[in-house]
Amino acid sequence: MDTLQFLLGGFAVALTPQNLMVAATGAFIGTIVGMLPGLGPINGVAILMPLAFALKLPPETALILLAAVYMGCEYGGRISSILLNVPGDAGAIMTALDGHPMAKNGLAGVALSISAWSSFIGALIATVGIVLFAPLLARWALAFGPAEYFALMCFAFACITGLMGDAPVKAALAAVIGLSLSTVGLDSNSGVYRFTGGDVHLSDGIQFIVVVIGVFSVSEILLMLEQHRSSAGLIHISGRKLFNLKEMAFTWWCTLRSSVVGFVVGVLPGAGATIASAMTYSMEKRLAGPDGHFGDGDIRGVAAPEAANNASAAGSFVPMLTLGVPGSGTTAVMVGALSLYNITPGPALFTQNPTLVWGLIASLFIANVMLLVINIPMVGVFTKVLRLPNWALAPGILAVSAVGVFSVHATTFDLMLMSGLGMVGYLLRKQGMPMAPLILGFVLGDLMEQNLRRALSITNGELGILVESPISIGLWIGAVAMVVVPPLMRLRAHRMQAADAA
Amino acid sequence: MNRKAALMTLVLACAAATAVAGPLDKTECIAPAKPGGGFDLTCKLAQSSLMQGKFVADPMRITYMPGGIGAVAYNAIVAQRPAEANTIVAFSGGSLLNLAQGKFGRYNENDVHWLAAVGSDFGAIIVAEGSPLKSMKDLVAAVKADPTKVVFGAGGTVGSQDWMKAALTARSAGLNPKSMRFVAFEGGGEAITALQGGHVQVYSGDASEAEQQMKAGAKIRVLAVMSDKRLEGSLAGVPTAKEQGFDIEWPIIRGFYVGPKVSDADYKVWADTFSKMMATPEFNKLRVERGLFPFAKTGPELDAYVKARVAYYRTLAKDFGLNVAVAK
Repeated sequence: MDTLQFLLGGFAVALTPQNLMVAATGAFIGTIVGMLPGLGPINGVAILMPLAFALKLPPETALILLAAVYMGCEYGGRISSILLNVPGDAGAIMTALDGHPMAKNGLAGVALSISAWSSFIGALIATVGIVLFAPLLARWALAFGPAEYFALMCFAFACITGLMGDAPVKAALAAVIGLSLSTVGLDSNSGVYRFTGGDVHLSDGIQFIVVVIGVFSVSEILLMLEQHRSSAGLIHISGRKLFNLKEMAFTWWCTLRSSVVGFVVGVLPGAGATIASAMTYSMEKRLAGPDGHFGDGDIRGVAAPEAANNASAAGSFVPMLTLGVPGSGTTAVMVGALSLYNITPGPALFTQNPTLVWGLIASLFIANVMLLVINIPMVGVFTKVLRLPNWALAPGILAVSAVGVFSVHATTFDLMLMSGLGMVGYLLRKQGMPMAPLILGFVLGDLMEQNLRRALSITNGELGILVESPISIGLWIGAVAMVVVPPLMRLRAHRMQAADAA
Repeated sequence: MNRKAALMTLVLACAAATAVAGPLDKTECIAPAKPGGGFDLTCKLAQSSLMQGKFVADPMRITYMPGGIGAVAYNAIVAQRPAEANTIVAFSGGSLLNLAQGKFGRYNENDVHWLAAVGSDFGAIIVAEGSPLKSMKDLVAAVKADPTKVVFGAGGTVGSQDWMKAALTARSAGLNPKSMRFVAFEGGGEAITALQGGHVQVYSGDASEAEQQMKAGAKIRVLAVMSDKRLEGSLAGVPTAKEQGFDIEWPIIRGFYVGPKVSDADYKVWADTFSKMMATPEFNKLRVERGLFPFAKTGPELDAYVKARVAYYRTLAKDFGLNVAVAK
């Protein structure tokens, strides 16, 4: 009952004209930022944060702006994934796998609208989740120690095996390259610099954004230039603009499942939209079994990751608001924004600053509705930005990507590294190596290694701690199931088929 | 795209418009980290107090250059931008510690002009609210009884400030720092979460961070602060480590330096400005808001302090068997 009252109070905050305006502006900017390859929510939020502060917006308004941008990015990322086969942001990597084939098959409008719809559902479910579970989850997240995190990462890796597709060796190799890249830089346990070659620019490791932009955007541009005569790139939206009821019903359960998984992953600090979308994509792929045509434009392959990345974005507010631990890079920047206003997020934020917390939560609902409205009928407006010819688009993407990379570290070193990784990525892609496992290996590698070593430094090397708590045991069982069950199912299906045939 | 492009042009235009007139014209503060951290706060403190006291005409611009607790910015300033009189760079005790351990590449503490320290934080020994440990003595007794039962959490690696504080605690109790159980988290937030979750038992963190977290409702307790005398504000009731018989002091100063080729005259203008600014009550109010305790030193006085501090860190690192940078 209290919760409902607080929420109504929150809507009173969020529905003031100024905050509504701010939410709409944020949603619009966010969609564009998310759509442009290379620029993701971190860039969007980081660019707007000083602006909000400089405009002397009150803290709740500033946070509403940033949250709307964040949600908008998760919406926007799908547009370029689907139409251009270049993920607009890291959370939309998976959306490209089926979204782009769908667009090639003339179903661009359907892919865009169903993904907007599932984004909406994902964000809506996760926002309701914040309202219901924030206090409970706060306690639950505390139970996650290093051992539990390690188990979680193994679980995530087990899920990724589903991504290996038709070239498992190449995919595994890509994952290993990703893992290796993640070991560069300061080892956060021993404090030793690894593989930096004595260069201070590598002291914090290779930045995530540099890898993402290098292997996705730069290599994409190179591929684009190679086929400069063909009009590769953006696919024009033709045919149906909206999904039909049958498609909605078909994806309904998959969207719901993915939303819940996305929310849970988002709540866990460290794991974000990228992992959530990868997990749900492979989960749906496995659940669909031989019925699915994932990779060739399965509609579920669009709905699942989009529901998950939006749910995870919203979910990442939970640890930020309740524990002060950001659940994603973007919420980490937001914690920074709050500290500008001298507000420290933590368990007492809900009682000390209800206007801020509930205003933010209410505005997530409002921004989400706005985004759905913007994104279904107005998708044509956004695609105008993408409908630039190749000769204009390629340098444009490169410029925006370079600015994005430069804005994070302000060193030319990162630009060189980005170009180098782009070249390598281009060569690997020419050899048919998938890039998604590389990125995931890179993201998970560091978390997995550091948490394993933290767990073992607690017990001084005894492995028992890894299977001590019910949470880790549950995760281990889940991980084993993810690896073992699908082949068994497939085997059984084969036998059944064989039996039927006989 | 247009909006974006406009923003980018703005940023580039600002970058081009440096180096004109006096050092206080079109000033820039480099925060050698991502937005939101301690370095950012240090720059913001200079930005708002310089503006409020009308020491500068235009608001100070803050740029971010993350990497190695200041290593990337240090190299950029010494090698590429040594004569930019309008640019100040934030540093912290953590930068000095890394400098002492040779983690700043080929440069050492004599390669820049140390300008001003604007405040300080202090080390603190923190436990969970429900912990049976009530004092430093309890802690040391518990570690001596069974070092495997008392795991130290930290927001940094082996060799970082948090590790040093834990190692100093162990050493002052007559224990070998290498025998303690030490877990490195990424940042104090993670460590405090692990403390509350019972995954580690002690956190050798910072006083202001603990203060802010407790204000925000974190269930933690401070056993000791590593300052020469008790702190002001809500931690006034917490005894210092010294009071409890452990001779450990760990100030974490925050301040600024300028490039090596900035002229003595410009350096003096900056130092005098900071001295004047830090004497105002408005500055003190802003400093307290940012969770910093008083620590004001400028010019040669700070220069001497920084060099002494780096030398001390070097000795400590050597004592604890870590890598040490050789002073030129």
